[in-house]
Amino acid sequence: MTDGKAVSVKDTRFRTVDALLIALMVLPLAACLVLKILFTPEYEGVHISGALIYLQIDSFPVQPLLITESQVNSAGITLSILGLCLYLTHGLTVKAQTRRQLIAEWIVEKCRGLVDSNMGESWSGYAPFVAAIMGLSAFSSLSCLIGLFAPTGDVNVTAGWAVLVFFLVTWTKLRGGFLNYLRGFTEPVVFFTPMNFISEFSLPVSMAFRHYGNVMCGAVISALVGSALTGLSRMLLGWIPVIGELPLLTVGIPAVLSLYFDVFSGLMQAFIFAMLTMLNISNSFPAEAWEKRQKKKELRKMQKATVNG
Amino acid sequence: MVELAMGIMLGLCGLGAGIALIAGIGPGIGEGQAVAAACEAIGRQPESKSAVTSTMIMGCAIAETTGLYGLIIGIMLIFVAPGIFSGVLRDTVLALK
Repeated sequence: MTDGKAVSVKDTRFRTVDALLIALMVLPLAACLVLKILFTPEYEGVHISGALIYLQIDSFPVQPLLITESQVNSAGITLSILGLCLYLTHGLTVKAQTRRQLIAEWIVEKCRGLVDSNMGESWSGYAPFVAAIMGLSAFSSLSCLIGLFAPTGDVNVTAGWAVLVFFLVTWTKLRGGFLNYLRGFTEPVVFFTPMNFISEFSLPVSMAFRHYGNVMCGAVISALVGSALTGLSRMLLGWIPVIGELPLLTVGIPAVLSLYFDVFSGLMQAFIFAMLTMLNISNSFPAEAWEKRQKKKELRKMQKATVNG
Repeated sequence: MVELAMGIMLGLCGLGAGIALIAGIGPGIGEGQAVAAACEAIGRQPESKSAVTSTMIMGCAIAETTGLYGLIIGIMLIFVAPGIFSGVLRDTVLALK
């Protein structure tokens, strides 16, 4: 009797936590949608614009701080992904018993495998970072399917990620020693230093613009095609009394474009962003210099030990 | 006079957008060659189809970037630049008065 009661109490608690986590998954996106509906101005015809500005704080040192749609949506998607991860890992057991644990294990194994095969075994500590960036990017691009403004269609968001990757790359290069890092700019000859500087700083720019350009251009082309279809249906079917006022041709046809631009291109860019992150980080590691430093450190330790001994 | 300046500005923006999209030629040729090479490779070694295809899509998406830069510049010239330039024009006219 008592056992059964305990189990049922545990069960209800488990279910409540589950429901809360699902709410954490859904509510941020719903809040983003509500905000968008509240702030979107009325318009007619073709309307192509960047992210809406929700809030402007003027008393900021360099320039007024803008809280835009892309920042809010990005935060909402991050919360949503957090809810998804917590939901998938809720109630883990040693042997997988539930479907969600199998899914979670599959995701973790795939990410580990990807990082191991692209960066090497010694880099598997980067798997969570790569998985996080890939998931955030993929979900951000897919969020336009539910009518949100895709945060990756704003250059500021992707530029932020690219700067993060740039810092990681620089940090990896610095592991071979600061002098070695500076010497890397003068290779193969001193004459090439400006070129090396340009190529160093073109990495974040190209990564940011590649992702942003794909998503934004997809959105713009979809909007243009949608408006063109509206005009076409008005021209072809406008003479029919009631049906003529509805843009009938916009049913279905833009979905094909959306399938390519939003789903395929978005997922592809997420994968490419993660791939470039991995390759850039693992290629920037100065293996020889690092080994030399390690050997020197060991020698110094040995000398200290002998002196002390 | 202001209308004339406005018209010239808008026209040049459109022209510039068109010229910027010439950048689409390069990736078009490059991706075509990449796909041709991938088809050849699959024909030679049909068992390596999945690896070749995924590598090709990856390479195509990276090669696409240069074309996308042109597309971004074109879209900015059409949707963003006229607003900025007309603001500059208005300021100059006001300053002249």
